[in-house]
This record gives sequence, structure tokens and C-alpha cells, in this order.
Amino acid sequence: MNQVFSRPISLKDVQTHFCPGCQHGAIHRLVAEAIDDFGIRERTIGIASVGCSVFLYSYFDVDVVESPHGRAPAVATGTKRARPDRIVFTYQGDGDLAAIGTSEIIHAANRGEAITVIFVNNTTYGMTGGQMAPTTLPGQKTSTSPEGRDISNDGAPFKMAELLSNLDGVAFSARVAVNSPKNVLQAKKIINTAFRYQVEGKGFAFIEVLSACPTNWGMNSLQANQRLTDEMIPYFPLNVYKNKGNL
Amino acid sequence: MSEKIFVKGNEAVAMAAIEAGLRCYFGYPITPQSDIPEYLARELPKTGGTFIQVESEIGAINMVLGASAAGARAMTSSSGPGISLKQEGISYMAGSELPGVIVDIMRQGPGLGGIDASQADYWQATRGGGHGGYRIIVLAPASVQEMYDLTMRAFDLSDLYRIPAMVLADSVIGQMKESIVANPRPEVDLPAKEWAVRGRREGEPQNVVKSLKLGDGEMEAFHWAMHDRYKVLADRESLWEEIQTGDAELIVTAFGSTARISRTAVDMAREAGLKVGLMRPITLFPFPSHAYLALSQRCKRFLDIELSTGQMIDDVRLSVARDTEVSFYGRPPGAGSLPTPEEIFQQIRKVYP
Repeated sequence: MNQVFSRPISLKDVQTHFCPGCQHGAIHRLVAEAIDDFGIRERTIGIASVGCSVFLYSYFDVDVVESPHGRAPAVATGTKRARPDRIVFTYQGDGDLAAIGTSEIIHAANRGEAITVIFVNNTTYGMTGGQMAPTTLPGQKTSTSPEGRDISNDGAPFKMAELLSNLDGVAFSARVAVNSPKNVLQAKKIINTAFRYQVEGKGFAFIEVLSACPTNWGMNSLQANQRLTDEMIPYFPLNVYKNKGNL
Repeated sequence: MSEKIFVKGNEAVAMAAIEAGLRCYFGYPITPQSDIPEYLARELPKTGGTFIQVESEIGAINMVLGASAAGARAMTSSSGPGISLKQEGISYMAGSELPGVIVDIMRQGPGLGGIDASQADYWQATRGGGHGGYRIIVLAPASVQEMYDLTMRAFDLSDLYRIPAMVLADSVIGQMKESIVANPRPEVDLPAKEWAVRGRREGEPQNVVKSLKLGDGEMEAFHWAMHDRYKVLADRESLWEEIQTGDAELIVTAFGSTARISRTAVDMAREAGLKVGLMRPITLFPFPSHAYLALSQRCKRFLDIELSTGQMIDDVRLSVARDTEVSFYGRPPGAGSLPTPEEIFQQIRKVYP
């Protein structure tokens, strides 16, 4: 019997700590598949951030550097500059990348660092228990926006994929989701393209992945998936915002 | 290679770093250390190294973290306000057992302070500086030659012990020019960086550089291991200089720029027939406590001189024998507050037995 489906070799055969319905697992898998597809596992270095994504090293079978909160693009810059022949990617959440780490991501992008950034947007701080994130939607209730996000007080959610696409240093910027088979297939293709940019030495690539956090949204998995379709995608459109090299 | 060259203290740091095999420098402009990034922007790329002027001190220290994790010799430099910003990254490096060199050309504070000489960051440097309870290696040059020699030493010590190392000077030492010999990098036996990330090959272990330690007893074991490593460091790597301490009735003690001024004051005292010596710690961490203890077995009076209201004096008092009298003369940092040799000589007369 032919085996037609298996765990990517870049992922370890372990259980994750992620909550039921969390989409980090699916995103991990797509990133690992991209690493497998290009045959680059033995020269890939992951840069972990702070939050639910910190355990990158427990799940990915690649070397990993853990960075301070928000600083992954700076750490990745140091690692890539020290070892330009390696494939370096960061994996960061929305609080990490779009709040405390805005300076590091903007400047790494503007320098056109030859890295790949995976940005997981679930509109909340997952690990600390569901506080308001820079991407929390207007009116969305969280533990620190109990009456709902008030734009007059908190500002509007950051649209990072659009924002970064405006910088000359960015070669590729896109937003994807993994809430349906169709979106997963599209996300796989686009994440592969983001890694292709680095494999071919064509510059900085940024992928925003919309993700569900049922635990902190107070929903079950199906409700969370539905919310992603009904509320998140209209605000954060799925699109390739920049594809400089037409890869 | 005994040819003498005439350079600034800050330039000597940059030259020594390149000689020591610096691969990556990440920095941000701040007075009085900007000669270091300026020199390295010009010279480091010629050696195949990377220079980046970073958007912030926070970005710079985290690039040092990333480059060091990949096994490269990496450095950043700054002064007071910038060093405060770097403390987050230094703490993560300490927690991840990463080497790396941080140069601090001290200026006045707190806050924006001013750009004249200061030694008021002694506590920040020698007590770790960031959160979590750790120490870093701190070397305090008192001449341009030492700026060169101790910068090279900082790289070797940091690699050997996997502890970040700081070169701690001030604007007097950083900005003045002296003739030095730019010695070649000394031969030092260093272990291979087998812990560095490099891309995990089949059959090799996965390398992870991290400071998160959640396992049962893992963090406690880390702290005790580092505690033991600091002791080894103190036993093997403490450096200090003694001048005319053999028959001294009074020992003046100071580091960096104040040690230079104090040395002239000690000469003046000797000319006046007073038996005065100088004890200058070169490593501030590890502090040469055993040398102070030995000195205080025979000389019972010390005079500590600092450009602050007194910080190193804590370590002096903790080190000397209990019946030792430690006096203090300080000039907290400020424009025009650098003491003259005559001023220190007056203090010597005041406390001399």
C-alpha cells in the first residue's frame, strides 16, 4: 500500500500544547511542508518569539533561537547576517510583532533583510489570557477591552500585510487564512512562495496568517472558524499585496 | 609589531575588535562613543564583516544575540541611556549563555544627564543591569593601550565562559589620544561553539538557544551553575594593578580615569614622604576581592576615589579585612567635576595616618 500522507519531516512526532481548535498546528504544518518541499531543513534556522509560538523548538525539527518579546526580526537579522547561506524565518504573534515589536519588524522589512516572517494574527494575546491586541477588531470584547475595542481610545487594528507592502525593502507581502480546505491550499501555495523568495535570494517576505483562538474568544472550534470567516476576513482581506519578483 | 600608533581610546576599541575577529557590529549613535561605529562602518566591511546602524539600541543588542547564537563574534557599543535600553537583550543573552561584547563609554546620568566623564554606571554594569539575577564580565581600562588589550580580552573571556562581557570606560578614556602598540590577537585555546545554531544536519542534535526554562528544577540548577561559574571566573580571571603598595600606610583605590588621576596624586604623596600606594581593579566583575583582602592584612587604611557618590566602595568594603578603615572621596558626574591630582593629594593628607 502506498503511503499518501504523512507528517512533514521538519515537524517532530510530538503532541503540541495548543488548545483545541487553535490553528497554530495547521500553520506549523504548512511552514514545515514548505521547508520539506525546498529540501532546506538542514540549513534552516527558526527564530521563536514570545507567546504561544515560543515553543517552536519543541515542534520544529530545526535549530532555533528564542528571542525577546517582539525582537525576532532583529535576532533574525543578526543570525542571517552571520550565516547568509542559511534559511532564517521568524514566527510571531500579533502582540509580539504588531505591538511591542513594531520597530524591529518595520526596520527589518525596510532594510530588506533576506528573511521570511510568519505573522500569526488571532486578534488577541493568547498565552497571557486573551487581552486586547493591536489587531483586535473594533468592538471586540477582551479581558482588557471589556466594553469592546473603542477606536477613539485604542486606535484601529493594524493591517500589517498592507502596511509593510508599502516599504521599498519588502519583496513579498500577503495575507492568508487556514479556516477552510480552500484557504489552506491557498495558504500553502503562498507560504511556499514566501520561502522561495529566500531560497532564491530575492528578498524580504512577509506572510500574515489569520488564525482562530477559540479559548480566548470564548467559542468552540466551529464558532471560532465561523467568526474568522464572518468578521476577520472582511476586515483583513486575503490577498497578495506585493509580489515584486512575480514568483 | 612594536610600532607605536597614536589613536583615540574609542578607535583603539574598534581596532582591537577587528583584530579579535569581530564579524558583526550593530550600533546606534550616541556621544561620547560614536567614534566606535564610525570607525567600524569604514573598516569592518573591508574585512568581510557586517556593520549595521540599527534603528534602536534594543534592535542592536538583539542583533548581537542573533549573530552570537549563530556562532559569530558580535559587538555593540553605547553610553548611559543606550546601555539602559540594551539591558533587556543582555539579560536574555545571560539567560541563554551567549557570549558577546558590549562597550559602555559612560556619560552622566540619570536620564539624559550630560556627556562628561562619569563612573556612576558601576552598579548597573557590575550587578548585571537587567532582570533575573545574573552577572556579566566587566573590564575597566585606564589607558588607550588597555582599551585595545582589554577589548580583545573581553571577546576571549566571553567566549570561554559563555557570559556577555562589557568594556566599561568613560569619555576621558574614550576620547583621549595616546600612543599604543596594536598587538596581534593572542593565542587562546577556546572550545568550539558546538551549541551554536547552524542548521541541524541529519544525525546531529537539535541546537536551541533559549532562556525559557520551565522544567522541574531547571531554572534553579541554571542559577547554581552560573553561581559556580562566577566563582571560577573570580579565581582565574581577576585582574588588578598595584603601585607602591608594599610599604604603604594608605592605599588609594580607583578604577579607570580616576585611577589615572590618583596615580599622579600618589606620586605627589611619595615626593612629600608619605607612604601611599595605589590599588586599581582592572576587572570590576569579577572584583579582585582576594587581592584587597591580602592588602588589608597589612595596610589598614584605604581611600576610595570615584566619579560618583560611591558605588565601587561597596565592593571594596565587602573585600577588605573587617578592621580596615575605608574613606571615600567622590565627585558625582557633572561638567567641571573631574578632580585634579592636587585635590586628591589634599584628601590623601586628610586621611593619612
